Amino acid sequence: MGINLEVDLGAGLKLKNPVLTASGTFGYGTEYADFIDLNRLGGFIVKGTTLNPREGNDSPRMAQTPMGMINAVGLQNKGVDHFIEHIYPTIKNLDTNVIVNVSGASVADYVAVAEKLAPLSDIPAIEVNISCPNVKAGGMAFGTTCAGAADVTAAVRRAWPRHLMVKLSPNVTDITEIALAAESAGADSVSLINTLLAMAIDVERQRPYLSTITGGLSGPAVKPIAVRMVWQVAKKVRIPVVGLGGISTAADALEFIMAGAAAVQIGTANFIDPTTTIKVIDGLTDYCHRHSVPALSSLRGII
Amino acid sequence: MKHLLDFIIKSKSTAGGSAILTLAPANGAALPEILPGQFVEIKVEDSPATMLRRPISVCDVTPDGRLVLLIKPVGDGTRRLCALPEGARINILLPLGRGFSPAAAGERVLLVGGGVGAAPLVYLSSKLAEAGAKVTVAIGGRSAADLAGVLELYPEGVETVCSTDDGSRGTPGLITANEAFTRAWDRICVCGPTPMMRAVARIARQRNITCEVSLENEMACGLGACLCCVEKTVEGNLCVCKDGPVFNINQLLWE
Repeated sequence: MGINLEVDLGAGLKLKNPVLTASGTFGYGTEYADFIDLNRLGGFIVKGTTLNPREGNDSPRMAQTPMGMINAVGLQNKGVDHFIEHIYPTIKNLDTNVIVNVSGASVADYVAVAEKLAPLSDIPAIEVNISCPNVKAGGMAFGTTCAGAADVTAAVRRAWPRHLMVKLSPNVTDITEIALAAESAGADSVSLINTLLAMAIDVERQRPYLSTITGGLSGPAVKPIAVRMVWQVAKKVRIPVVGLGGISTAADALEFIMAGAAAVQIGTANFIDPTTTIKVIDGLTDYCHRHSVPALSSLRGII
Repeated sequence: MKHLLDFIIKSKSTAGGSAILTLAPANGAALPEILPGQFVEIKVEDSPATMLRRPISVCDVTPDGRLVLLIKPVGDGTRRLCALPEGARINILLPLGRGFSPAAAGERVLLVGGGVGAAPLVYLSSKLAEAGAKVTVAIGGRSAADLAGVLELYPEGVETVCSTDDGSRGTPGLITANEAFTRAWDRICVCGPTPMMRAVARIARQRNITCEVSLENEMACGLGACLCCVEKTVEGNLCVCKDGPVFNINQLLWE
């Protein structure tokens, strides 16, 4: 039996399978090319890109916690012009979807990046990050109110002609309201969850592990929260939901799909096993064989 | 090219409170080429506290293609790795990062190590000696017990000197006060605790000697993807895992 893993996220974004990589965990893809065939992925989402270069936060930027890690990278990147000139030419001919994650300190920043990316015909989608907990201005500030989420989404919508994914923060009282705001403002899909605002203290040295004191928690520890939020959002919005948060195995990905996700992103697990994405894709096929499911999409939102 | 390979622990010994594991690739795979100063990342099985791989520098590569690692039990992950029995299988990502510069024939090189930081200097010393450099290794520790078996890891023909805080072995005091530092050197390579590396870097700078240090910032991916382990440099923040771990001190913003 041939298994169909294809996903159509709408607005021209078609995936050969539902497995994407999460921004900030997969560099520009090429870092993982020794281990996997990038063309097997449904797509990958490149590192958060801003209008101007950013050095990010001071070290230490990472603390390991039980089944998770807290990071405070702070959107270090060389800016959108560097991406267009130096990175895009190296990845544009891959037979997979290269999606650019876009961040900014103001609505005008987001729009400027989207405008610069718009002529790149081999970028089928951008993911607008309104949920980074590690920057002082912008980032999560836009993702924690409906008005902020709607403002950024609507402004980018006017500047970006192809698929527009909006990445949501879990650090809110009701994530479904933010999702609905993004949908009303023109998002083609929402991805969730970004990291959970977190903190860890080194009691021997009597100081926080991170230079920024707080950071974003990711990894298997956050998965049950992410599944719950995807389930809640998928019940409310009409646009596709892309689920992420602690996915390491095909079974994890299936939880998100059954909770209502059309596609998934794999993040922190790439650090532990750089072949995780391929194992998840193969595992999804195996699952469909074992359960006689010809098309994976038929399992979407069955819970 | 980086690889993800299973290894089998062929033998175990100890040196200065650390475990020395000699590993062979499983299933007859060949050991990838490794340069001195590069490191590996080891997966720690069944430990919720240690989800991320542990970065460990390469201590040595044997002529028959085995990987030698010296691991100090400092946290949950390294304690578990040190406790593994002979015959155990471990999964390793390698080789990672950029190592020390290759030697010029006749180059006079001082290798300075502190505690477990001395590990990568073993492989470096043999490669430098092989290339015709004149190599001396200077190791600092708290006491003789700290250095037990450590100096013996170095190949014959490489001079080793040591200093201990309590004077129980070698010259009493800090390694930077050792007589070896008074000689003429073309390059100093350092690996150890940050205060020691900074002290050596200051001496090298004063005397205008090329100096390379191996950094150990907390890291996650090991591949330059996550940007968790950055060090401030004259070129901005660089990844210790990919652009290092070895840096020329002129790249760093150290005083």
